Amino acid sequence: MEKTIHAVINKYNGDETRLMDILLDIQAELGYLSDATIACVAKTLNIPQVNVEQTASFYHFFARAPRGACTVYLNDSVVAGFNGRAAVARAFEEAAGCSFGQVSPDGRIGLFDTACIGMSDQEPAALINDEVFTSLTPARARELVAGLRAGQTVAALKGDRLGDGQNAHPLVRAMVRNNICRRGAIVFDDYQPGAALRRVVAMSSSEVIALVKAANVRGRGGAGFPTGNKWEFARRAPGDVKYIFCNADEGEPGTFKDRVILTELPQLVFEGMAIAGYAVGAQQGLLYIRNEYRYLRAYLEQTLADLRAHHQLGPSIAGQAGFNFDVKIQFGAGAYVCGEESALIESAEGRRGEPRDRPPFPVEKGYLQRPTVVNNVETLCSVVKVILRGPEWYNSLGTAESKGTKVLSVSGDCAQPGIYEVAWGLTVNDILKMAGAQDVQAVQVGGPSGACIAPAEFNRKLAYEDLATGGALIVIGRQRDLLRDVVLNFARFFREESCGSCVPCRALTGMSQLVLEKIIAGQGAPRDLDRLLVWATLMKRNRCGLGQTALNPIVSTIKNFRGLYEQRIKAGDDRFEPAFDLAAAVQDYEAAVAVPQE
Amino acid sequence: MAENTMPKKIIATTSLAGCFGCHMSLLDIDERLLELIELVEFNKSPINDIKEFTKECDIGLIEGGCCNDENVHTLISFRQHCKVLVAVGECAIMGGLPALRNVIPLQECLAEAYLHGPTVADSNPQRIIPHDSDLPKILDRVYPCHEVVKMDYFIPGCAPRADLIWDALVALVTGQELKLTYDTFKFD
Repeated sequence: MEKTIHAVINKYNGDETRLMDILLDIQAELGYLSDATIACVAKTLNIPQVNVEQTASFYHFFARAPRGACTVYLNDSVVAGFNGRAAVARAFEEAAGCSFGQVSPDGRIGLFDTACIGMSDQEPAALINDEVFTSLTPARARELVAGLRAGQTVAALKGDRLGDGQNAHPLVRAMVRNNICRRGAIVFDDYQPGAALRRVVAMSSSEVIALVKAANVRGRGGAGFPTGNKWEFARRAPGDVKYIFCNADEGEPGTFKDRVILTELPQLVFEGMAIAGYAVGAQQGLLYIRNEYRYLRAYLEQTLADLRAHHQLGPSIAGQAGFNFDVKIQFGAGAYVCGEESALIESAEGRRGEPRDRPPFPVEKGYLQRPTVVNNVETLCSVVKVILRGPEWYNSLGTAESKGTKVLSVSGDCAQPGIYEVAWGLTVNDILKMAGAQDVQAVQVGGPSGACIAPAEFNRKLAYEDLATGGALIVIGRQRDLLRDVVLNFARFFREESCGSCVPCRALTGMSQLVLEKIIAGQGAPRDLDRLLVWATLMKRNRCGLGQTALNPIVSTIKNFRGLYEQRIKAGDDRFEPAFDLAAAVQDYEAAVAVPQE
Repeated sequence: MAENTMPKKIIATTSLAGCFGCHMSLLDIDERLLELIELVEFNKSPINDIKEFTKECDIGLIEGGCCNDENVHTLISFRQHCKVLVAVGECAIMGGLPALRNVIPLQECLAEAYLHGPTVADSNPQRIIPHDSDLPKILDRVYPCHEVVKMDYFIPGCAPRADLIWDALVALVTGQELKLTYDTFKFD
């Protein structure tokens, strides 16, 4: 064990900021991170054991106990639930002989829940030893367990069911499908690698920033911060060493666009990073990608190697002396909050993904306290096209406040879930029509942290000035129990994913889940709705976007679907608590005294 | 002062699964007790030993959570007779010290207390867990008051400082808003 640990740590030159990589590699070798492993890592890195412990315990893909020779992480997102997840889970449990959260008695198979793995257009899906298995059925689940029991490899079980496009690439070989339903004018339009870089080196860095500003490119992660300004701040920040980060953490349930972009157009993303590096004066880039997309690792590494060979990365890019830029890939280990840029930076430095206090902003003090730009995958793609076709063209697409296109991840109750790249400004109705959605009860726009809207609002526009979105649209059909199947799932998700740093987020995500469960069980009191709304105002005190938006699923459904709550709430005397049942509360006592004691 | 302009408010108090520490803290308002009885009249309360409600009350002060069925009946009766219910102290608000047992199944608690504990071996030769129709029934866990009835206000502390109880009472009785300064809720 020690030998393995030392070898891994040596590979990373004993650099404690690489703790994420170190733990991921050690776990890949040893199966899980035992107390002895943690102690040995701490000793070898010469850091306090608690520093290793807190990182290891924060991320849900780090195992502190054995999770079976084959570990099944079955997605338990809302859309997985729509598509029959419960029956698949039961089949896994029966076949494996253990419940979720446990390892089968023979130690072969571990079953674990996991949050959305970015496959909402092909659910139910699971990760089994880092391989993705999509569109699962109970029969397939039984077949998989039988195969794993019989000693078949995960790769063999996957067989030749490969997806379209680069999913079938020899270095990917995934059964994942792209489902690109609509190619827009920017991201999924024609692309010639390197052309924008050649254009860029003929300009000064300030000219590049001026171009991006003139195009009004805004961040595509959801917040919509002007990209040119961000670059400018970082360029002006003092210091020689600066970083460009690409945020591919994509943890918002229902979002999967970055997965498709990185599968089909990784060169475009890396070219965008190099352009950002040129503009900001950074030489090092880092792609922070969620561990769920680990199956893309070899392919992305090969893409980077190819780009270096073509002088589109590395020293003297596009023949320009002094334009040096390279990209490193950093995997996460399962934590939604790491999509928040300062948490992402903390994670990249090897720590718990806990958001930082701001200011200072990452553009002043980010990764390793150096100026750092964090851009979304799609933002970087947009920039490349702005360089090639100019800001006028870019400004001709979209609306007054929202220029260009948006890549939408559409999933849920519709005929054609998948990727839709559309100009900003289309209405929710337009998208529903494209995706073949009928009899829609509600649409969750922007994932759980966004808004759940009713048909009366389907004529609203997708744009920063109206319905801002990071791109996820979950279609919720009439047949769904909105509170139980959707809102409660999101409440559990936020409770699970809260980093626990701010008290309102830590306490109220849990308390609101309990109140919601009470209401769903028909035990709600009228005052419970008021309580939830008051708590939501307290949540605005939290440090990061996760905490500030974590009660949005509840607030937006109370606002737009109040009747669904009121139906379940007990009318009558509001002075008493309907959930309290005295007869049930004394049952244990009556049982204890009824039996004569030995 | 106030007695000239308005009728006295009627107050009831009780200690459920508490230690009477909160009541002691109430008495700790010292000479202001004299001021208090100018402002209010006490009904059911251990302070004057009135056992049953004899009239409807304006304010009920609850110390302690619910650990047995008698606590529940008392709390419900307070809710029925008092316009405003105030949870006084940690046990009423969150269960407090008695709720430490909430992580242990009741059966194990009773067995440890009456059957297997190091001090009970000889004193309970018949190995009986006390039960009688006159004894309250123990609940499966200790419930904070708000899980049983609606509570209107909460005065935190273990026990809440006498000054805080006083200020809260004066605010309730006079209908003026309580000024919560930072040191009111800063405990470290």
